[in-house]
Amino acid sequence: MLANYGYSDGSGSYFITIDSARCNGCGDCVVACPAEVLQVVDEDPNDPFRDEPLVIVSRDKQKKVKYECGPCKPPSNRLPLPCVASCNNAAIAHSW
Amino acid sequence: MEKSEDIQVREERQREFWRWEETNWVNPDISWKDAKFLTSGIDVGSVSSQAVVMADGVIYCYSNMRTGSDSPTSAEDALNFALAKTDLSAGRINYCIGTGYGRVNVPMADRSVTEIACHARGANFIYGPHVRTVLDVGGQDIKAIRCDEKGKVTNFLMNDKCAAGTGRGMEVFADLLQVPIGDVGDRSFRIDKEPVPVSSTCVVYAKSEATGLLRKGWQTNEVLAAYCSAMADRVYSLLVRVGIEPEFAVTGGMAKNKGVVDRLMKKINLEPAKTKWDTQIAGAVGAALFGFALCQKGKGR
Repeated sequence: MLANYGYSDGSGSYFITIDSARCNGCGDCVVACPAEVLQVVDEDPNDPFRDEPLVIVSRDKQKKVKYECGPCKPPSNRLPLPCVASCNNAAIAHSW
Repeated sequence: MEKSEDIQVREERQREFWRWEETNWVNPDISWKDAKFLTSGIDVGSVSSQAVVMADGVIYCYSNMRTGSDSPTSAEDALNFALAKTDLSAGRINYCIGTGYGRVNVPMADRSVTEIACHARGANFIYGPHVRTVLDVGGQDIKAIRCDEKGKVTNFLMNDKCAAGTGRGMEVFADLLQVPIGDVGDRSFRIDKEPVPVSSTCVVYAKSEATGLLRKGWQTNEVLAAYCSAMADRVYSLLVRVGIEPEFAVTGGMAKNKGVVDRLMKKINLEPAKTKWDTQIAGAVGAALFGFALCQKGKGR
């Protein structure tokens, strides 16, 4: 399942996509993220029959991703995003 | 004295153009007494609440009403309203699942499931297994969901940061333009020429823009058309992100507003799936079905 967390408002679209088929809930991205945007949960909130751990965007960060992720996205000299780089399964993508 | 109060109440109702009818329904063809598992799904949304009771996976009764000021009371009211015309007591229900915005505050729920999962499952039930794309326009959010033939979610997004282009926005507009909410769709097509959409679906901006348009001499119907059209644009932009695959189904209150739905369908060139059920109960139906599935696995009461 592709879970798109975030929002689109007057200024643009800001979504973090997590592919639950690829995520194994290892939590490497949780450690890598300096803004504590991500968290590991025991079961997929959007699939009551899936019991394996999974990464989601924390509920209290979902409506702020533009600002929380901002420091990792400078306009010039942008390094690879720590969350995306830390994932061995390529389960995380950003839309902006 | 009593009569004059009655008239007062009626006049009050007439002035509330956003007010839609609360309904409950009982399936005349089945009896709950024959069922092995009775499950209920309670969807407490930001604007409306629904309760659905299923007997072995068949809808037995449901209710659809406005959410009150607190979730636990709204959930109880919805369930009581659903059971009002039946002789079934709430204690007889084997499993209850809460969903929607207020799902963690449903006192009688055995567990909660997110509205994303419930809407996909519910749309699969009320529109049939061919549905692949579900759009739910709720009271304060928009959900675009892709699902498989079992109603399992494959891709979704939910925009709940901003209530632009949602049901509550339409209610505010109905009130502003003094058009009963149920007539908005029809009246938005009683125009000579399709107007330019309002530039923002943000309720606050759109409201002041609409006031300006009325002052410029626009007809009420034209302003409605401009707003419905802007709303269709916004919904479309969210749908594109998850992709649109037929069949396409719309759930939630906005499915009843053809002013938005017809304009949206023109953009995506598809026919919306049809159903005999109330489109607002999709989430609660999905919850009741999850409850039924859990009971079959032996997890019921």
